[in-house]
Amino acid sequence: MTTRIFGSGIRRREDPRLITGGATYTDDVQLPGMLYAAMLRSPHAHAKINSIDITSAVGARGVVAVYTGADIEGVLNGIPCAWVPPGADLVAVTHPAIAKDVVRYQGDAVAVVVAEDRYQAEDALELINVDYEILPSVTNPEAAMKPGAPQLHEDAPNNQAFHWVSEGGDTEAAFSAADVIVKDTIIQQRLIPNAMEPRSAVATWTKATGELTLWSTSQNPHICRFLASLVTGLGEHKIRVIATEVGGGFGSKIPVYADEMITSFCSMQLGRPVKWTATRSEGFQSTIHGRDHVEYVEMAATQEGKITGVRSKIYAGMGAYLSTAGPGVPTILHGLIYCGPYDIGATKADVYGVFSNATPTDAYRGAGRPEATFLIERLVDLLAVELGTDPAELRRKNLIPKFEEGHDVISGLTYDSGDYEPLMDMVLGHADYSALRQEQAQMRENGHYMGIGVTCYNEICGLGPSQVAGAVGFGGGLWESAIVRFHPTGKVHVYSGISPHGQGEETTFAQIVSDELGVDVDDVTITHGDTSNTPMGWGTYGSRTTSVGAGAMVIAARKIKEKARLLAAHLLEAAESDVEYRDGQFSVKGSPDQSKSIQEMATMANVAWNLPEGMEPGLEASAFYDPPNFVYPFGTHLAVVDVDKDNGHIVVRRYIAGDDCGPQINPMIVEGQVHGGVVQGIGQALWEHAIYDDNGQLVTGSMTDYALPRAHLLPNIESLSTVTPSPHNPLGVKGVGETGSIASTVTVYNAVIDALRPLGVTRIDMPLTPEKVWQAIRQGHGS
Amino acid sequence: MFATEFEYQRATSVSEAIQLLSNNPGAKILAGGHSLLPMMKLRLTSIPMLIDIGGINELRGISVENNILRIGALTTHAEIAESYDVKDNAGILWETAYGIGDPQVRNRGTIGGNISHADPASDLPTVLKVMDAKFTIQGTGGLMRGGSRVVSADDFFIGPFETDLGENEILTAIEMPVLMANQHAEYAKMAHPATSFAVVGAGVVLTVEDDVCTAARVAVGGFTPVPTRGLTVEQALIGKVLNEENIASATILIHGDLGSDVFGDVFASAEYRQAMAAIELKHAIFHATGLAHHN
Amino acid sequence: MNIQLTVNGKAQEKEVDARLLLVHFLRDDLGLTGTKIGCDTSQCGACVVSMDGKTIKSCTCLAVQANGSDITTIEGVAPDGVLDPVQEAFWDNHGLQCGYCTAGMIITTVELLKKNPNPSDDEVREGLKGNICRCTGYQNIVKSVQAAAKVNRS
Repeated sequence: MTTRIFGSGIRRREDPRLITGGATYTDDVQLPGMLYAAMLRSPHAHAKINSIDITSAVGARGVVAVYTGADIEGVLNGIPCAWVPPGADLVAVTHPAIAKDVVRYQGDAVAVVVAEDRYQAEDALELINVDYEILPSVTNPEAAMKPGAPQLHEDAPNNQAFHWVSEGGDTEAAFSAADVIVKDTIIQQRLIPNAMEPRSAVATWTKATGELTLWSTSQNPHICRFLASLVTGLGEHKIRVIATEVGGGFGSKIPVYADEMITSFCSMQLGRPVKWTATRSEGFQSTIHGRDHVEYVEMAATQEGKITGVRSKIYAGMGAYLSTAGPGVPTILHGLIYCGPYDIGATKADVYGVFSNATPTDAYRGAGRPEATFLIERLVDLLAVELGTDPAELRRKNLIPKFEEGHDVISGLTYDSGDYEPLMDMVLGHADYSALRQEQAQMRENGHYMGIGVTCYNEICGLGPSQVAGAVGFGGGLWESAIVRFHPTGKVHVYSGISPHGQGEETTFAQIVSDELGVDVDDVTITHGDTSNTPMGWGTYGSRTTSVGAGAMVIAARKIKEKARLLAAHLLEAAESDVEYRDGQFSVKGSPDQSKSIQEMATMANVAWNLPEGMEPGLEASAFYDPPNFVYPFGTHLAVVDVDKDNGHIVVRRYIAGDDCGPQINPMIVEGQVHGGVVQGIGQALWEHAIYDDNGQLVTGSMTDYALPRAHLLPNIESLSTVTPSPHNPLGVKGVGETGSIASTVTVYNAVIDALRPLGVTRIDMPLTPEKVWQAIRQGHGS
Repeated sequence: MFATEFEYQRATSVSEAIQLLSNNPGAKILAGGHSLLPMMKLRLTSIPMLIDIGGINELRGISVENNILRIGALTTHAEIAESYDVKDNAGILWETAYGIGDPQVRNRGTIGGNISHADPASDLPTVLKVMDAKFTIQGTGGLMRGGSRVVSADDFFIGPFETDLGENEILTAIEMPVLMANQHAEYAKMAHPATSFAVVGAGVVLTVEDDVCTAARVAVGGFTPVPTRGLTVEQALIGKVLNEENIASATILIHGDLGSDVFGDVFASAEYRQAMAAIELKHAIFHATGLAHHN
Repeated sequence: MNIQLTVNGKAQEKEVDARLLLVHFLRDDLGLTGTKIGCDTSQCGACVVSMDGKTIKSCTCLAVQANGSDITTIEGVAPDGVLDPVQEAFWDNHGLQCGYCTAGMIITTVELLKKNPNPSDDEVREGLKGNICRCTGYQNIVKSVQAAAKVNRS
């Protein structure tokens, strides 16, 4: 095509409404007669509820209703977990939307107040008197499995939620035969996703029709509807979920939470619209957390530096209940990518999912893959030190050579395509790696400590073939669908089941469809996020939106194009085989003058005055696309840090991200995704930490204590890329939503440890706060 | 997060505000609200009445007279950070004001509100202490009956969130001697990444004649109940040439000046902050004396 | 309490509770939902509006404190429908993703450039420290601010 808009960094069509305050997010929805709900949450990590007295609250000014766990019993089913990895003896504990007898984490809902305004609802919370009997609690996942630890659920002895083991090759043999083994203990600290928009729900029940409409801050409204149906008992055809404008998710808006279901319940009970919006403090306690692993990891290698094995034993904190996709994160999304971009002979992940008196965990940007990349890349650096080789060269030695049509790795995956070394060379060249090493040596002589971290990664995303989803216990499919419709005037409307919330796919999808159909990009509208007017879809997460969602669109567009071609042949009175399509025009081979535009065909198909025999009127198609495999973006990242040995302060001087996500539909958007992901990963390395005290109280429970990355703390990110198409989808695209956070945490971490190597420091627990760095320097060894 | 209900009164003059204070037990003064409102929203405190003094113009403004810099209590951090009077006469305060919170906090937060709140993590108490500032306080006595009194920064701060300010008194102005040509002042802090509050802050005002330090005021804050004067550090600096060696050996003495009452939290322990006190002091003196670029 | 103020050039007079936050007054009473709420603790800057020409966090200001003031929210930045150069720059430079922090970022930028028409990148970053963005990593926001500065200067 001559005028392809694919590959062009055009401005986003989402932006005009967002830069003028004209977008409608969930909390912006105002309905006549709307009431406001506020949740009373447990201040205790673990306690028995002896009694709840709601008398004063019920009589308070503006209060319409107060409900407790007893009121929902038998009306609302438990909040389900929808990912049950097979062969892991997973204990599916009941998760009541409102706790009735026992609270299991600080933030567990115990009652809901519905009032005429937000302020009155919150006032009434203080009038509810709960008699708690405090029980012993535990938040650290490893401690929770120790004998004598407080027990959360009767059905889960030792707090074991599941035990998942995945081995590829013979790790025992690989480690016995190894010349060198390096080990580490890694704490993947708990993180709090903190999308800028707090979670919110507006529910309105229409009694006359028995229909529930729920505005919800969801990354996947169709999954939300599916699970809401299970919880409320309403048929899916009676539930409409709307999530058209969502202020970021990063995984935290995948799960279906108790609060949205409680809000729905309130509206159904009261027959009036009800809004609930989390305050930020509430979000800290009740929106899922991420990571929370205690990991014992090791790597085997030959004396020549050939990596022969990787294995782990991991305690993965699940929190008090299993969140929607929680168990899939430290297992399927983690243990299967231990080979990374290297040819490794044997890998084993041995993962315990553990209940603890903490907020449930689930997918947080990267979900399992940052943890995997961290442990592989940490161990490679330790191996380089052990062998006395340059860490970049050691990586190069182990990289899988270029492949175009699939490469099997021992963990059981088939990588789609890869060409790792050129990108690594590009990054090292751009950084002038050897000059950096020289500078480092000179600085050390003067008592200054700078460090360089180099990371090679690949990751699994574009989730994924549905057959695999079923095989790995994911409670749904992972295909996508789209309806592409030509209006009579030749304008195009696309309905997608996927649900972007900041990633810009209204723009990139329009670019794709515009190219496929040869229409102007401004003549294409993308609709998503409302289950009542979009086809089924599984949502936006796992960097799957473009590779899977656009796949469906392309197939639908191609179906349309073929129908239009047949119609054009009919109208041109030419043989079907003689009519060809080019740039939105159908013409007769050899006589370019005889042609019809696709817009004309849209008109003719819609008026249907003269259709070929048997052709249905209209010009639209729907398509379902189930990808044949995952996609595997890859890259090399490099960080340069300066560490002040006096106070432990770290400055990230440079950050270079080299990523290959296949062909880039809109490079501006791709770069934006990389920036955001890298910075979130740096946040984990340097600042972010959900800390519980010994009583299970979240100490970093607000933005004043939980340090999020801020503008003045960060460098510019230098982005580089190569293009290696994936053979697995019609556009060859891979994903880029998570690559940044997958690579950057360990890249910065490795740079800091590299800086401090002359001082004898081998490890520091994240986040690398000045004090922890200072303590490590003082002790001159791993702290 | 919303506050519990309260009464709200607008005062149009200092005397009216004091009248309202004394007639309404438990009432609090509302200036910019950046200390009080967050606590009320989190329901950490419940206040029956707020007396808004935001409209009292007599409490605003910056002036210099007779080598005294005078700042009205309602002057915002932004106004201080944008004032040439402050820049030229008390550069340390000018720079400190610019480092408080963020632009919006500086636009609303006032110097008087900040000081009266006496948050140990705040920068200003430390700086005002080394600047030997004096605070003018207005009480029920009224101007005619001499109801105004002056308290030095050294005496004003009593403990965390606790000051010498009486129940029915209002801080009206802050005065400090302007810095002379031979005085060098600097505030250095390790800022919390989330709030920019001081994890450790160190302020110094040094008088230097013929390369020799002739007078010194030194204080550290952020991790002690009130900013702590480094009296032994001051003694060790006085009479010395301010070279790297002398600075290092003097600043290390801050450990002795610090009592046992030092704070830590999950971000930075008391032990660490104590150790950083000497480091930040050193940074402050290096910057004040222009040695910083050598290091 | 009765309050009178000007919001986006329009005079408003309302009876409000003393404890009503300015941000709720704007969103719930006036329906100006472009101003967002992102935190409880004046940390995030999603609620930034301009009051008498100065940016403030409207979640840390009572509606009664705004009595007599002149407020501009994101809805008032381009009153006649022509985008402000700052808005254009955010659009041109991909200075937003989910858009939730954007109102606060834009209002903050307008003041930042008024005070400092030719800022360095470090000054821009320093000026944005009260606004949290979780999507962009700030880089394209800094780029947007610089682009707007250039337009404003020309």
